[in-house]
Amino acid sequence: MTRELSRPKRKNPILRTRLATLPPGARSRVALGLTAAAARGAFELQVCRDCQAVQYPPREACQACLSSRLPWRVQAGDGELIADTTLAHSNDLFFRERVPWRLGYVRLDCGPTVVVHMHGDVPPAPARVKVGARLDKSGQAVLIAFPSQEVPNMADDRQLREFTCDPKFRKVLVTDGKTGIGQAIVKAIIAAGADLVWVGHAEPWKKFPGFDELKAIPQVSLMPLDLTDSKSVREIAAEIGGRVDVLINTAEVHRNFGIGNRRGVEIAQAEMDVNYFGLLRLAQEFGPALRGRAADGQSNAVAWVNILSVYALANFPPHGTFSASKAAAHSLAQCLRAEMRPAGIRVINVFPGPIDHEWNQQIPPPKVTPQALATAIVRALKDGVEDVYPGDVAQEWLERWRDNPKALERELSNP
Amino acid sequence: MSTNILSQLVAELSSGRIRIIDLTQTLSPEFPQISLPPEMGQCLPFRIEEVSRYDDRGPGWYWNNFSCGEHTGTHFDAPIHWISGKDLPNNATDTVPITDFVRPACVLDCSKEAAANPDFLLTVEFVKRWEAKHGVIPTRSWVLMRTDWSKRTDPAAYQNFDETGQHTPGPDAEVVQFLVHERDVIGFGTEAIGTDAGQAQYLRPPYPCHYFMHGAGRYGLQCLTNLDRLPPTGSVIVAAPLKIQDGSGSPLRVIAMVTS
Ligand SMILES: [Zn+2]
Repeated sequence: MTRELSRPKRKNPILRTRLATLPPGARSRVALGLTAAAARGAFELQVCRDCQAVQYPPREACQACLSSRLPWRVQAGDGELIADTTLAHSNDLFFRERVPWRLGYVRLDCGPTVVVHMHGDVPPAPARVKVGARLDKSGQAVLIAFPSQEVPNMADDRQLREFTCDPKFRKVLVTDGKTGIGQAIVKAIIAAGADLVWVGHAEPWKKFPGFDELKAIPQVSLMPLDLTDSKSVREIAAEIGGRVDVLINTAEVHRNFGIGNRRGVEIAQAEMDVNYFGLLRLAQEFGPALRGRAADGQSNAVAWVNILSVYALANFPPHGTFSASKAAAHSLAQCLRAEMRPAGIRVINVFPGPIDHEWNQQIPPPKVTPQALATAIVRALKDGVEDVYPGDVAQEWLERWRDNPKALERELSNP
Repeated sequence: MSTNILSQLVAELSSGRIRIIDLTQTLSPEFPQISLPPEMGQCLPFRIEEVSRYDDRGPGWYWNNFSCGEHTGTHFDAPIHWISGKDLPNNATDTVPITDFVRPACVLDCSKEAAANPDFLLTVEFVKRWEAKHGVIPTRSWVLMRTDWSKRTDPAAYQNFDETGQHTPGPDAEVVQFLVHERDVIGFGTEAIGTDAGQAQYLRPPYPCHYFMHGAGRYGLQCLTNLDRLPPTGSVIVAAPLKIQDGSGSPLRVIAMVTS
């Protein structure tokens, strides 16, 4: 049975902080299909369109009929553990530091037999298991066999924690606590077990609704942080950068303009200055600190969360300059992900549909509530996914975008 | 003769019999800027980005790029800033007469009143009482309203917002007209974020200092500091805005010359 995670002891400052190591990360292009699905939290395998055979490992042609028509389809993951073994020695640096490490073979009910990492509560073979896909520290999909039923403290399993970014006992920076979103995230992350939450607030002379409530939470430390001010970001990073395990960037400027309905560029600049340059400033100042602590014991630095927008995928002309700033932030977040990956730090991009706040007042429902967004972010950390599309609108746009980006562009420009 | 006067000025400066006092706040990212409702266009705060500092970006030199609004930090308001002054001649930072950049100042000490009441409004009666003591305000002088507001180094206390807006001292509508028409002042200066009071949108007309001063081609200075080091009369202010084409105002270094 998994032992409940306990608060780690304070670290011994005489010992060197270990550097991050990564599991083997090379994949063929076709195998990246598994990663693409796992990045969204889905377990998908190729299924032959001609003979319905489920494929594993990923391949170019059907192993049964040689058809090349092999679309990726979501799998339930139920199967039978047919063999398991415990790795006691490895020349791979990543596994060498983590042995003993349990591996197994699972025959999926849908056909193929797959190699899996094992949750500690899976009994020895033969046993019924549920297989899921997770991203490993290299950012690549691996398969994990879970017990077929939920067990206590399931998320606290030692091997599973190598694939997740659970906020429990971790220290979190929420960059802007002035908004409903920021405050909902602070509360959700504390409810999920975070030890300490630094909460940024720009322009401290503007007292915001919820300030007193936030200030009264014992885990919360409010600090002036303005993403438009390089000096502010640099100083806060110098102060707490070496302690932050999870950074959640909630700072955002959102105005409701396209190109033609407002003269001048200064609103668009304000959006870019926070949504794009703010992320760049944060990444330059906090990125190295997080990377340096990626293997710092149980409460190591693990994740970076960006709240983007589903408008980052395709422009929503009534909020056109905002969409553009989020598209820029999305692109930069991909760069950040590439630069954080060598340390195994997960960069999670969240693409909500319209959020229920003042700048979307005239957008009709459904809108994502700050609470639902916060729940989705905590879920994403616990599951270790990379891309999150919370809410019905985001889900629908994602489907349409994956199906035909050009069609979505037209649909969004003809409201 | 004029060479003589200037030599004398330099000699007096060197000897310390004329002292120079800096009335300027440091331009820093922390210094608060005027805040309008969020749906409106905003004045940018001061921001600074390092270009190089004797490093790979420029091995032998240090320099920065900075950005800010025309009304950031200690700054000058030109008549064109307000709609009432928009059609006046020579009303912008590049065209205001340069002789106006060096003018005498009268300093009205309202520090006790402002300490007791952050919404304190300067009145004609207050000015007349001051004049009874110090003499009539000379023509083409700056009138500087000392409130010690600049001693509020905490930005929240300096801005002094609550849910009804900002609470900072300033002049009432009547005194501004009195200063313009009866005393022919060159402009009005304050220590708070604006020449008008924090609640001045509720005065009639709204923002009377901006409305009447700029409407009459006069200037504003705000976010001043060290006014407590100036005598009530006898100081000379040097306040030259940047020569921004068609500019409505400009951050600037404001200095005062005083005799010891
Ligand atoms: Zn087939």
